[in-house]
Amino acid sequence: MTCLIETLLRLAAWLVVAPLLPGIINKVKAWVAGRKGPPVLQLYYDLARLWRKGVVQSTLASPGFIAGPVVGWIALLAAALLLPLGRHAVAPSFQGDVILLVYLLAVARFATAWAALETGSAFEGMGAAREVSFAVLAEAAVITAVLALAVQSDSLSLPAMLAPAGGTGALLLAAGLFIVLLAENCRVPFDDPNTHLELTMIHEVMVLDHSGPPLALILHGAAIKLLLFSVLLVEAVLPVGDLPALAGTGALVAGVLVVMVGVGLTESLLARAAFRQVPLMLTTAFLLCLFALLVAWRGAASPLPERPPPTVRLPGETTS
Amino acid sequence: MSENLNIFVGLAMGLNLVALGSSRLTSVIRAAAVQGVLLGVLPLLMEEFHWMILVVAVLTMLVKGGLIPSLLNRAVKSANIDRDLIPLVGYVPSLLLGATGTLAAVAVAQRLPLLPAHAHTLLVPGALASVFTGLVLLIGRVKAITQVCGYLILENGIYLFGLLLLHSTPLIVEGGILLDLTVAVFIIGIIVDRIRTEFDTLDTHKLNMLRE
Repeated sequence: MTCLIETLLRLAAWLVVAPLLPGIINKVKAWVAGRKGPPVLQLYYDLARLWRKGVVQSTLASPGFIAGPVVGWIALLAAALLLPLGRHAVAPSFQGDVILLVYLLAVARFATAWAALETGSAFEGMGAAREVSFAVLAEAAVITAVLALAVQSDSLSLPAMLAPAGGTGALLLAAGLFIVLLAENCRVPFDDPNTHLELTMIHEVMVLDHSGPPLALILHGAAIKLLLFSVLLVEAVLPVGDLPALAGTGALVAGVLVVMVGVGLTESLLARAAFRQVPLMLTTAFLLCLFALLVAWRGAASPLPERPPPTVRLPGETTS
Repeated sequence: MSENLNIFVGLAMGLNLVALGSSRLTSVIRAAAVQGVLLGVLPLLMEEFHWMILVVAVLTMLVKGGLIPSLLNRAVKSANIDRDLIPLVGYVPSLLLGATGTLAAVAVAQRLPLLPAHAHTLLVPGALASVFTGLVLLIGRVKAITQVCGYLILENGIYLFGLLLLHSTPLIVEGGILLDLTVAVFIIGIIVDRIRTEFDTLDTHKLNMLRE
């Protein structure tokens, strides 16, 4: 019974906290640019407004047009529930739940692309094609990062994988996961969430024809995805699971805030990259995660390399 | 001590990939320069302090981090080279090639019969990876200046190998190598200027035809 209540509480936390993150990013961006910026709670207002509105649907579209956002939102929420939040809030975990997490993210992406294609507009098909082709590279990086964590902790369940600190490869893993976070959530070097220029959009193109509650679900799902990736990043680097409950939660919140400020600063300081540079950046992320995997693998093969004794005599010394 | 050493060599291996992935001439030059400075610190970490080692380390850092990059940058500026690179092998393939080379270097180095003192350092993998990166840059880039950078990174790899023999090579050899390197870069700077006045481009592919 307590397990059920705890799970419900965590569900509520994900639902309520997630829309805060884009607000924080926008506040940071406004602060860097010297503007006042929209209120931090802006996304909550938007969601409430969208929820009250009606749905405009193309006569061409099948029920998949509505089902897509719903399936995507549920998949993202289920994926978020698998992530542990600190020490005591351990999810319904089992061996291999990390694979389920990766696949739930893929299902959410498929559902969004599916709903985009339902409209029959070539424009949205273009967005779906971009999203899916960049996802191939981003997923490779995520899977490599997960593999590095699995090798390092010798486990395939998320709470065990994320409990210890990232070890020596933590910096590499953090850099790789941060790039993936930017790509997966359509942040600036990859996609501009503010732009409405058809040539530059990826994610925004796919959801152009959605309106009302389905659009609210898409926006909320995007916020959950952002929170999910930042929690994953923080827990892969900081030993949140090993700290006492209160300190762990505090570290998690502080870490997510730092990641959000980092995203805001990146958006303020960097220009959006050209499309042909995106594969290069995602390959970089993949390689960073690959080298984190290498470090984890070497660390696992020889736990603390037996260092040579300092007084070893080399052949050169005896002859010279 | 070997932890610090590994961090420096690891950073140098990362810079190899930066050089392979960057699309700007100046950033390739900078990557090669920073790598040279990082490797210049290594002798200080490996040995007990000795004034001769300090002199060579400082000289290495000055030449590789200051003199050579400034010569190259001057050549870039005076020859009015377009700063974008035109790769023969694209950035993503060359990055993947470089990463594969680095992984292979780590794997191969574990099988080599090394001295116990060097078995757990990244010296040998770093040397192999740098040599490989230098080769990829030499083969995969069109412009003469990038090829010089490839040559510099290759030399950094050989220098890393040389650190294994720090006990038995007199440091004067290192000094001589540094001098050679500087002279080579000098000459290449002159050649670059000549190529430009003769052919109006630095694309080395235009140099494979004989003319009267």
